[in-house]
Amino acid sequence: MTLLPTIGLETHVQLNTRSKIWCGCAVDTAAAPNTQVCPVCMGYPGALPVLNEEAVKKTVQTGLMLGCTVALKSKHDRKSYFYPDMPKNYQITQYDQPLCLGGSLEIEVEGRKKTVRINRIHLEEDVGKSTHLRGTSGIDYNRAGTPLMEIVTEPDLHSEEEAFAYLTALKRILEYGNVSQCNPEEGNIRCDVNVSVAEAGSATLGVKAEIKNMNTFRGVHRALMYEIRRQTRAVQTGTPLVQETRRWDDDQGMTSSMRTKEDAHDYRYFPDPDLAEIALSAEQIGAWRAELPELPDHRRQRFIQEMELPDYDAEVLVADVHVANYFEQVVAVADISAKAASNWVMTEVMRVLSETGGAPADLKVTPEALGNLILLVEKKILNHSKAKEVFGLLVDSGGDPEQLVKDKGWAQVSDRSSIEGFVKRVIDENPSVVEDYRNGRQAALQFLMGQVMRVSKGKANPKMVLELLKEKLA
Amino acid sequence: MNEKAPDLDHVEVTYVAMLARIELSADETDRFQSDLDAVLAYIHQLNELDLDGVEPMSHPTPRKNVLREDVVTPGPDSEAMIRNAPATIQGLVRVPQMMEES
Amino acid sequence: MSGLACKGIRELQGLLESGSCSSREIVESVHARIQEVDPKINAYLNLDVESALLNADAADARRAAGENGALLGIPVAIKDLLNVKGQSCGCASKILEGYTSPYDATCVTKLREAGAIPFGRVNMDEFAMGASTERSAYGVTRNPWNLDHVPGGSSGGSAAAVAADEAIVSLGSDTGGSVRQPASFCGCVGIKPSYGRVSRFGLTAFASSLDQVGVLSKSVADAADTLGVIAGHDPKDTTSDPAAVPDYGKALDGSMKGMKIGIAEEFFGAGVDPEVAERVRAAIDQCVSLGAEPVAVSFPHLKYAVSVYYILAPAEASANLSRFDGIRYGNRVDAEDPVSLMCKTRDAHFGDEVKRRILLGTYVLSSGYYDAYYVKALKARALIKRDFDEVFAKCDVLMSPVAPTTAYKIGAELDDPLALYLGDICTIPSNLAGGCGLSVPCGFSEAGLPIGLQILGPAFAEERILRAGFAYEQSAKIQHQRPSL
Repeated sequence: MTLLPTIGLETHVQLNTRSKIWCGCAVDTAAAPNTQVCPVCMGYPGALPVLNEEAVKKTVQTGLMLGCTVALKSKHDRKSYFYPDMPKNYQITQYDQPLCLGGSLEIEVEGRKKTVRINRIHLEEDVGKSTHLRGTSGIDYNRAGTPLMEIVTEPDLHSEEEAFAYLTALKRILEYGNVSQCNPEEGNIRCDVNVSVAEAGSATLGVKAEIKNMNTFRGVHRALMYEIRRQTRAVQTGTPLVQETRRWDDDQGMTSSMRTKEDAHDYRYFPDPDLAEIALSAEQIGAWRAELPELPDHRRQRFIQEMELPDYDAEVLVADVHVANYFEQVVAVADISAKAASNWVMTEVMRVLSETGGAPADLKVTPEALGNLILLVEKKILNHSKAKEVFGLLVDSGGDPEQLVKDKGWAQVSDRSSIEGFVKRVIDENPSVVEDYRNGRQAALQFLMGQVMRVSKGKANPKMVLELLKEKLA
Repeated sequence: MNEKAPDLDHVEVTYVAMLARIELSADETDRFQSDLDAVLAYIHQLNELDLDGVEPMSHPTPRKNVLREDVVTPGPDSEAMIRNAPATIQGLVRVPQMMEES
Repeated sequence: MSGLACKGIRELQGLLESGSCSSREIVESVHARIQEVDPKINAYLNLDVESALLNADAADARRAAGENGALLGIPVAIKDLLNVKGQSCGCASKILEGYTSPYDATCVTKLREAGAIPFGRVNMDEFAMGASTERSAYGVTRNPWNLDHVPGGSSGGSAAAVAADEAIVSLGSDTGGSVRQPASFCGCVGIKPSYGRVSRFGLTAFASSLDQVGVLSKSVADAADTLGVIAGHDPKDTTSDPAAVPDYGKALDGSMKGMKIGIAEEFFGAGVDPEVAERVRAAIDQCVSLGAEPVAVSFPHLKYAVSVYYILAPAEASANLSRFDGIRYGNRVDAEDPVSLMCKTRDAHFGDEVKRRILLGTYVLSSGYYDAYYVKALKARALIKRDFDEVFAKCDVLMSPVAPTTAYKIGAELDDPLALYLGDICTIPSNLAGGCGLSVPCGFSEAGLPIGLQILGPAFAEERILRAGFAYEQSAKIQHQRPSL
């Protein structure tokens, strides 16, 4: 019996609007608790919601990026359940008429491509945040009313790797579209995971468990690995499974039961009478589509075809929209080759980013500066090892590479008479090595070459040094 | 969700009160049970109507696309808001220890 | 006593403009009258005299600076479910004890801009659920015409205050007749504007698709002037209508010539007290004598209105009132865990009628029942709207009783919720359809209790119903009668 896990994901994404979904309070995760609140987002008597257009736009744009059909008519509903962090004790969400339907996302696992179908995307509100103190809890409502988009997949995923790949690909798209900060630590992306295990090829799915509110992709991966193993073992040993909600404990690395379906909520959905229907015109949707940036797949193709980058380079650069944008800004500096820029970004820039954990925007070395540095190398004003030193200086304190090279006197020496001087001096000072070379020892040439570079303080044009050495020793 | 055939003549007051988060006494439960059953019996007159093809009317005067611009406009004094809380702790609204998802 | 409190807005404006009185004197006169009669009536829950006097002085200063306006310097009593910054907004419920509003409802903002003075919070049925003000957590308000009788409700405090000259004018709210019925019971004028005409922002929601802020006043002209101030588009209320507000005062030309008055016999059917029916028919005859044309129309779905309403209103209310849980504001009963805290708080601090409606609303929305009740009610609502469309294709306004009876004795209907609900039959349809309605006094019963004439119009036909009401009122002179207290 081959058992196959089936996984569906519901991903909650906070949209990066300036104000909340129903009121003018700022979306500000750094603010002191309960300072970004008003009667609307605190559920005060008499307060009414008014929908933020930008939240609709960003949800629709996400739908467009995922190939969804944007609903021409959509509405909001009230979903009732009591929880202290939910100010109205109902959540305004979309029940049967979401903004986006259908769609798909391409993922790749171990070289195999696969399409994950998207069921729907709807727009709702986030709840407050509770902190558990000793023996009591405290609630901060700053987060309540942050626009939240829920992206629901079809049960198309069959392993923890696929789920991880889906989330990674989804995050990439969301970053490209600039619809969310996508910072899992901030809770910008949270995920509910549905998983069941059944015999491969079986027409029916197994008994599913829902793992709620996961906020790291690694956590999803680990929780799924655990849960698939647990369910597989149960099926193999004939232990009955119950449909239930489970909690993931990241420290212990295991899931545990929260509640079974018997006490599942009865949400009493009904259309929210405080809000008007959303009826989008084809023109509006078209205008929002036109504002979308180039998507990762298209960009990768462009890097390969127009910039003649290797597939590998294109993939690495496109993986992070900010890195890709940085790279394009480097290339925009006139007359440098895309491959040279790609080498620098993939090695030096990405090394610094991984060391500092920062984003390209935080770097002191601007893309223009890096472009100019590469230009200095290409114009043979700077040799490669000195260029790396300059890059180090730029990382530390920024600045203009040309000025730095001038200040440090690092410009490559390429004039024939200066290099002839260095060569003559080294030949004069090392008669025995010269003798060795003339007797046919090639290694002696390398030594002499190194001596010339040393004497020139690393600035001599290495190619010319080699030519002149050979000429003088001949 | 609930697969059982709905019993349209009888309100399960205990279940409904649980959903509505109202803790009823036994006396209240009995009283509301008979009140609600009576109202429901009256409401059943709607079954006389032929409603085939009638569009449900949720709004008296439906409007479309009433949206606001994404502009930050702070509300009234947030301190006045938090002062209304029956209990606070470190600027947070204080509640008894919460279980995850009750 | 200067007697200013017993005057209407238009008369007071004349006095203010001629300098014969100040706004401060009006507030003082109203305050004196409250102190004199409110111990008997119990219309007021709260009074902030000092801030009212300060606002009166500010209004007097505005007038001295050359400003004038329909409500400049006029105190307005506020139903306890409208938010006024810095005041309580208890909705006559224990659950909101301790709550101080941090903001003004939009209609209150508009009052302030016009120089009116929000003065006093008046009693109501808890969360506007009731038709007698007996369901206030702070004691019943008494009918000024007979203290053993109810003032109607839910805006019973608003109506009684105006009828007893404890207020010049007041704001109420009408979800199924809560302005028109108490106006009828207390012998004052009450207008329920069309859905969307007045912003609901700051009005504590009972049933969001039915609620409207309304006005209770001593005359049709006062209702028109006050509505003109509070009406209009509000970007904070998605359901408020962007249409410009007409000059309602201009519509009051005293004529009804050529106006077609619809009379639907269904509104005079079973349950309507013969005395009430007779007075209302006499009022319609009076209108005909003024040149209006009677038109027989039918309203076949009237008998379903109460059923539709008692599904939809509790359903919306069950969600609207979920926020009252003892967590963020108001009264709290402490407990070991948040769930019991909420359950105990809501049991201890909601009254029976509120609980009853929350339970009913929760039930009709719960899994398995939604289609059988809620969707069915929404469809039946469409049929009621269709009845109105057909009626208003044939006539300009529809005239009917406001309530089947006059004000009943305190305690008479408290134990029979269904009887209470059936009392709303004439007023509910207008809320379901979103139209406008006016209640104008049209006489008294043998027992000396007021009877109201209801004038209904389609959505945004306020000018039409006010014109008809004004013409009738001018000829009937009912407004000159006052209760003896």
